[in-house]
Amino acid sequence: MSKKTLQEIKRIAREVHESIQKLKQPKLQSPLRSLSNVHYNAKDGYFEIGKAMKSRMLTASTIRTFAQTLRMMALSKNLVETDDIATKREAYYVSKNWGEARFYEQMESDTIMDDIEAMLLVNREQIGFIPEEKSGEVAGRLTVIDKDSDTGKEVKIDCTKMGSGAYSIPSSVEELQFETNAEFILAIETGGMFQRLVKHNYWKKAKCILIGMGGVPTRATRRFIRRLSDERKIPCYAFTDGDPYGWLNIYRTLKVGSGNAAHINEFFCVPNAKFFGITADDIEVYKLPTHPLKEVDIKRVKDGMKNDPFVQHYKEWQTALKKLVDMKVRAEQQALAIHGLNFVISDYLPEKLESEKSWLP
Amino acid sequence: MAARDKVMSLTKADELAQKQRVISVAEFFSRNRHLLGFDNPRKALLTCVKEAVDNALDACEEADILPEISVVIYDLQNNRFRIAVEDNGPGIVEKQIPRIFAKLLYGSKFFKLSQTRGQQGIGISAAVLYGQLTTGKPAKVWSKIAPDRPAHYFELTVDTQKNEAAVHLHEEREWKKDDGTPKEHGTRIEVDLEGLYQRGLWSVDAYLLHTAIVNPHATIFYVAPDGKQASYVRVSDKLPPKPAEIKPHLHGVELGQMMKMLESTESRTLQSFLTSEFTRVGAVTAKEICENAALLPNTPPKKMSREMGEKLMQGIAKSRLLNPPTDCLSPIGEELLEKGLRKEINAEFFCSVTRPPSVYRGNPFLIEVGIAYGGDQKADTQANLLRFANRVPLLYQQGACAVSEALTAVNWKPYGLQQSGSSTPTGPVTILVHICSVWVPFTSESKEAVAHYPEIINEMRLALQDAGRRLQAYVMKRQRVAKELKKRGYIEKYIPHVSGALQEILGLSKADVEKTEKDLVKLMEKHRGKVDAEPEENEEFDEGLSLAKLEHEEDIPAEMEGDAPDAPQSGQQPDNPAEKGAQKTEKQPDSPAEGEAKKKGKKGVQRTL
Repeated sequence: MSKKTLQEIKRIAREVHESIQKLKQPKLQSPLRSLSNVHYNAKDGYFEIGKAMKSRMLTASTIRTFAQTLRMMALSKNLVETDDIATKREAYYVSKNWGEARFYEQMESDTIMDDIEAMLLVNREQIGFIPEEKSGEVAGRLTVIDKDSDTGKEVKIDCTKMGSGAYSIPSSVEELQFETNAEFILAIETGGMFQRLVKHNYWKKAKCILIGMGGVPTRATRRFIRRLSDERKIPCYAFTDGDPYGWLNIYRTLKVGSGNAAHINEFFCVPNAKFFGITADDIEVYKLPTHPLKEVDIKRVKDGMKNDPFVQHYKEWQTALKKLVDMKVRAEQQALAIHGLNFVISDYLPEKLESEKSWLP
Repeated sequence: MAARDKVMSLTKADELAQKQRVISVAEFFSRNRHLLGFDNPRKALLTCVKEAVDNALDACEEADILPEISVVIYDLQNNRFRIAVEDNGPGIVEKQIPRIFAKLLYGSKFFKLSQTRGQQGIGISAAVLYGQLTTGKPAKVWSKIAPDRPAHYFELTVDTQKNEAAVHLHEEREWKKDDGTPKEHGTRIEVDLEGLYQRGLWSVDAYLLHTAIVNPHATIFYVAPDGKQASYVRVSDKLPPKPAEIKPHLHGVELGQMMKMLESTESRTLQSFLTSEFTRVGAVTAKEICENAALLPNTPPKKMSREMGEKLMQGIAKSRLLNPPTDCLSPIGEELLEKGLRKEINAEFFCSVTRPPSVYRGNPFLIEVGIAYGGDQKADTQANLLRFANRVPLLYQQGACAVSEALTAVNWKPYGLQQSGSSTPTGPVTILVHICSVWVPFTSESKEAVAHYPEIINEMRLALQDAGRRLQAYVMKRQRVAKELKKRGYIEKYIPHVSGALQEILGLSKADVEKTEKDLVKLMEKHRGKVDAEPEENEEFDEGLSLAKLEHEEDIPAEMEGDAPDAPQSGQQPDNPAEKGAQKTEKQPDSPAEGEAKKKGKKGVQRTL
């Protein structure tokens, strides 16, 4: 794999060099990574990247990023060759040696990194970069088989024995193996709700694996759930707040991937995930206390209706979003506490598990 | 009590009556010297030189002689100076000399309408009067009208009570040029006067430089009081076409003047008076005027009453008259104006506009505008405005001048200059405005500012806009080039990073890296095309020969900014002449050879004075 990456980096550099020698405008092209350049692949259930490309050339507006991309490719080549890694932040600091071509903000270097990823059609771990972000937490009926980085020996991590804590998903999950007898995976938006379910060993009763996403799931979290779900053939249910952010940003990214990472969505999403709650209907059925929808929420719904191929594909989601906008309210997971702190364990989750028709695709 | 008052006032009136007497014109001006431009010592020095040079140029042109004029100012210490102005003109016949130089309001120009520098016949005699008032010394005049005629030498003062010339000495003299050969013809005047010499905006130096710009057919040599020299060499051997004299136009005549003309005419009927005394009036027009005025065409002019005169004026107003002929105007012309600017200002871009003639109050006039942009000129100061009337520089009272009003009425921003509100624009630019007319309307007798006639301001505005559009094309191009160069510089910064990264990835050799960098530069140039990176050089700039060139740009004093019409008082101006004197453009008088060498073989350089 790393050999292929190296070859690819060299091939692109050689093309650039040859263009220059022929006095032809050299070009670095990568797929345009944005929601406008993805479409929903209904068959396999993920966001597929479109054909739009962005080019960097020897023009005043792109020369800087052109040079930076090449510099970053050189850095990546060194990392892969020496089997080293650099965090996104570290890569940003390495650039401070590049004089005129250095990055001013990490945002810039992250973008270039993602572009190289897309250009090579690999993920960033394969080109030697790892994210800084905090990945999801796992507790429940799962044993993860990892390797000791010194000895290379197998290490088994039993997620039932984490006490009141949890197992943290590493940044690279490709080499992990799983043993489980769980019946489903529950992916939870908030740390608070995850803590409650762990505290009361919900996974024991419900025979499941609990994963706390802590907001929008990271690539590693998505890949972890995907592999677990695919390889062990267990379904995944998402449990988020009842608001546009929970639905469109957290759940949609978990299920079909993001616009920004469209080039790798195929592997970094969980197409068979189902949405569990909180739905607009839940708000009515459980008489949940609500907050009014904010401006940004309404805007997010409008954007989603207009631009998000996932929403456009599913009538159910359009109906749900419309209903929420009509109700003008949103409800948090924790709002279930109005019926008692453990209402979620004793009533809500069991009831939801029973009524498949209340789920959303 | 009433009776006593009456007696007393009568007595008083008698008393007063004894003191009342006629004041001679000369006496009047001796007390009101500011009216003629002698307000302060610095201005007085300039005015004297100006009057003498203007006269010299007029005389040469009238006689079809290419003017060669020398101006020497001697520092006599204690604020006294001697100015000596000498020309190669036709000279003046012996008996006219005293009157021309020492009688006020005596001249050839007042009674005709033609485009000349002088107008009233006051100037040079006022200079003589000022000299005699401040130093008590007579003016010295040499004049010679032909090689075979003797030169006449006069020492003259003005008899202020009678306004007549007082001749202190008159003799025939031998007159030789510097090289010892006899002078062929010409005039020389020397006046001693109290004055103040300072370089800068309102100096003799600036006046001569500006004169040289709009008189590209004239050669002027100048020696300043401190011994510094400058030569302004002609770039054209063509004399400006001689302006024709015209009769007055009915639209420019007021009732009082009309009554005087009716009185003094030799015509015997009103109709023939109108056709013979005015331009553009034929028999048909004259009859139409008479009809509109309800006057008989055969009315004898001398019998016209004031009421009839008024009816005549009304008749004129109702009649349609052709505009006056415009062949009486002699503009500098776009080509020569640009040449004049090129030789005296080191800029990158020049353009000039000569408007078609127009008319204000029956007087034909014509506006010319020249622009010199960029080069040595400072970018962050106000535009350097040069005003001219009939080829004479106007140095004072810029704020009160119609030119300033026209300049600020134009929106200069689209033309590439900066301007806040409607103020004088800012930028590395000299803007020249020339009005020529058979009668330039000045705001005062000192002829410093052009009066605000709407027709004149409008023509100025149109000319400025026309020139502005040409400037715009150039400035835009320059900005495009600058932008392009900036972009290239930006791209070039990143070239080493491209080659460096390629070296790291592909393991290029040092030679490969260097070649890649060269290729990248080539590629960029191929891709982006050529740019004219260098602004045009002004090859005609006469660097070695001008003295005031840079100095007048340095100080933009208060007068330029505000509308203060008052001439500045001496000693308040912010220039410091001593330091500024030391410039590379100047030559020391003791190295004439160097000076000659710098004239670069231009024509008409030899001194025949």
